[in-house]
Amino acid sequence: MSHEYIPEIAVDRDGNEHEVQGWQDDFYGGKLGFWLFMFTEVLMFGAMFMVLAYYNTLHPNEFIEASASLNRLLGGINTVILLVSALTMGLGLLKMRVGDVKGAKLMIWATILLAVAFLIIKGFEWTAEYNHGIFLMHGEMLPESGMAFGKKLFFGMYFSMTGLHGVHIIIGIGLMIWLLKRINAGKVSPEHHILYWNIALYWDIVHLIWVFVFPYYYMIGAGGVTGGH
Amino acid sequence: MSKSYFDETHCAIGHPKSTIMQWLLTIDHKRIGIMYAAVMFFFFFIAVSTAFLMRLELFAPGAQYIDGDTFNQAFTLHGVIMIFLFIVPGIPAIFGNIVMPLMIGAKDVSFPRLNWFTFWLYIIGCLIAVSSLWVGNGFADTGWTFYAPYSLTTGTNVIFTLVAAFVLGMASILTGLNFLVTIHRLRAPGMTFFKMPLFVWGIYATAWIQLLATPVVGITLILAIMEKYFGIGIFDPAKGGDPVLFEHLFWIYSHPAVYLMILPAFGIMSEIIPVFSRREIFGYRTIALSSASIAGIGYLVWGHHLYTSGMADIAKTIFSFLTFFVAIPTGIKFYDWIATMYKGKIVLSTPMLWALGTIITFTIGGLTGVTIAMIGVDIHLQDTYYTVAHFHYAMLGGVVFLLFAGMHYWFPLVTGKMYNEKHAKIAFYLNFVGFNVLWFPMFIAGYYGMPRRYFDYLPEFEIYHQISFVGAVIFIVGLVYMFVVLLKGWKSGEASGTNPWHATTLEWHMPSSPPPLENHSKVPYVDFNPYEYHHGEPVVKFNYETMKRID
Repeated sequence: MSHEYIPEIAVDRDGNEHEVQGWQDDFYGGKLGFWLFMFTEVLMFGAMFMVLAYYNTLHPNEFIEASASLNRLLGGINTVILLVSALTMGLGLLKMRVGDVKGAKLMIWATILLAVAFLIIKGFEWTAEYNHGIFLMHGEMLPESGMAFGKKLFFGMYFSMTGLHGVHIIIGIGLMIWLLKRINAGKVSPEHHILYWNIALYWDIVHLIWVFVFPYYYMIGAGGVTGGH
Repeated sequence: MSKSYFDETHCAIGHPKSTIMQWLLTIDHKRIGIMYAAVMFFFFFIAVSTAFLMRLELFAPGAQYIDGDTFNQAFTLHGVIMIFLFIVPGIPAIFGNIVMPLMIGAKDVSFPRLNWFTFWLYIIGCLIAVSSLWVGNGFADTGWTFYAPYSLTTGTNVIFTLVAAFVLGMASILTGLNFLVTIHRLRAPGMTFFKMPLFVWGIYATAWIQLLATPVVGITLILAIMEKYFGIGIFDPAKGGDPVLFEHLFWIYSHPAVYLMILPAFGIMSEIIPVFSRREIFGYRTIALSSASIAGIGYLVWGHHLYTSGMADIAKTIFSFLTFFVAIPTGIKFYDWIATMYKGKIVLSTPMLWALGTIITFTIGGLTGVTIAMIGVDIHLQDTYYTVAHFHYAMLGGVVFLLFAGMHYWFPLVTGKMYNEKHAKIAFYLNFVGFNVLWFPMFIAGYYGMPRRYFDYLPEFEIYHQISFVGAVIFIVGLVYMFVVLLKGWKSGEASGTNPWHATTLEWHMPSSPPPLENHSKVPYVDFNPYEYHHGEPVVKFNYETMKRID
């Protein structure tokens, strides 16, 4: 339907013609809408970072101790994986724009694989923490345990934020599979790729949030390990 | 007779034959607006009944008909429905949908399918909210603010209400997003931002608040759910958490939310006043920009809800100052409206009566708001009936009165018929008198110390509650009367013609009444201001077939 859309022409009093923008086939409007939606993601995570920063000022030392006990190797690998996945996503979009549909699909598959790898590593990390007695509603996190308040709050926020981020990764995988189906059905093509554009934008925000999550959770306690401050 | 949007429609999926499916699947902005209105007024009357139940209970001290726990649930149900189901989506979802695209000369909103999806998301939210009346241990008894730590420990089914508020918040975000893109992308050629009707400015400012404030309350509600069921600790003092943090996060959204409610209402006022004064609006740019600045400053005042929470004095002072500051653009608007009427040719039709009534009630609501923005006064009046009366004067006497004004104003546009003016005016006077009798005594009772949300009270407050009760009866009679008049008008009113009010904005320049499915027959070129009158007559005239100017 939208491919045959012919814009209407409005004529002013001097007889000049002005093309009317309809809601159909509005590439720029679709992009604007998704950018606005990304604002809401930023504000959601922004509010959680604010909560985190507030408790950090109340319990600075306990936050650093709790952070030191996180697994920086796995977290770091995950950061690299997400950064590379953002690259593959972007490259795929570039390929689509120059008409290389097959290359674009390959890149989407690569992104999906990297996203799954991220989730698997995250799973190992959470399992290890669970075995150390640190998990929501479990072991050290229970109200009756003697763990310091600052640490409880740190881990409470850690599981909430990385959990919510993980949900976003899962949604992203779903979106990419849907995108592949749309490409196969010919609905997303080099001439008409707003859906691809927006999913790439979504994936960018997902990796960008991690870029802030990683230092705030994993790196603030790294001083004791690396010997620096 | 040409076909109107009641006769044909576009659907989200397929081309169903049955009328019901055509309504359920429609992506036409006008039909979606009407469906929003139907659902919202249904819930509005449920919430009104709940409020009346509370008034009945408070007629005399001591327990009458319901016990204290039921009373707690009643005011929570009243608040949740009125705030999340009715007044927050209210004007944008009804008139933003129906009128805004017509005003800017668009065929529909930018994402009509998203609009359809949003409507059904809203319905799902409503169902989750009311289902907890029957599911689990009864409806939440926390008040609509869900303050921690009580909301985390209460045995009632607060999770359903929290989830519902989150889903409704999602719907609100998507509506705002849709409108923002629509206003940016789909204005008719030649219509610059400062040629938009002021209602569109109101919707535009509102949409930014919907988009930027709602996610904060969304995540706050999710954190509250996480706290209640997974014990993350951030609002729980037993784990070092700070319940006041919940209050802060909640009001970061919920204070801008009251501006989100009032800004489109002010937009309706800015439409009605020039049309019924037959005069160009005074200070167009100041009204447009004060909408934007109310939206901006409104973000920075939430702390005035927390004066008694032990906040630092310096923070209280700053919040108090900023709260005064937000009254300035509001004041500018009121002076502009009054200046518009000065030397105008005032026509006292029903919409204008509602608008003039609102000038009185909202002024009372607004100025009493300034008094409780003062820290010292607020510490005396916090959580009393004074605050309740202020809130209802501002919200019911401001937002809802203007919603009714808009309903009477755009009624001929939506239905193509006219209601009985005489009866509609009687309904207005009943509402106006009932409203004031109902809420004004609460200012006095609150000043003498009647606390809000109390099930019982001392005998010396009895007289105020009884006057309020009389007001409530008059008010409810007025409400029912008004809706009967409107429904009768829709059923058997006379045809109104396309422009019964001699209005100037684009929604009144339709080829037929009610409007056809895809609105204007041609998109006009806009080289005029929205409210141009000369000697009490509209300046701009169109040939409705070609949409070319013929004046």
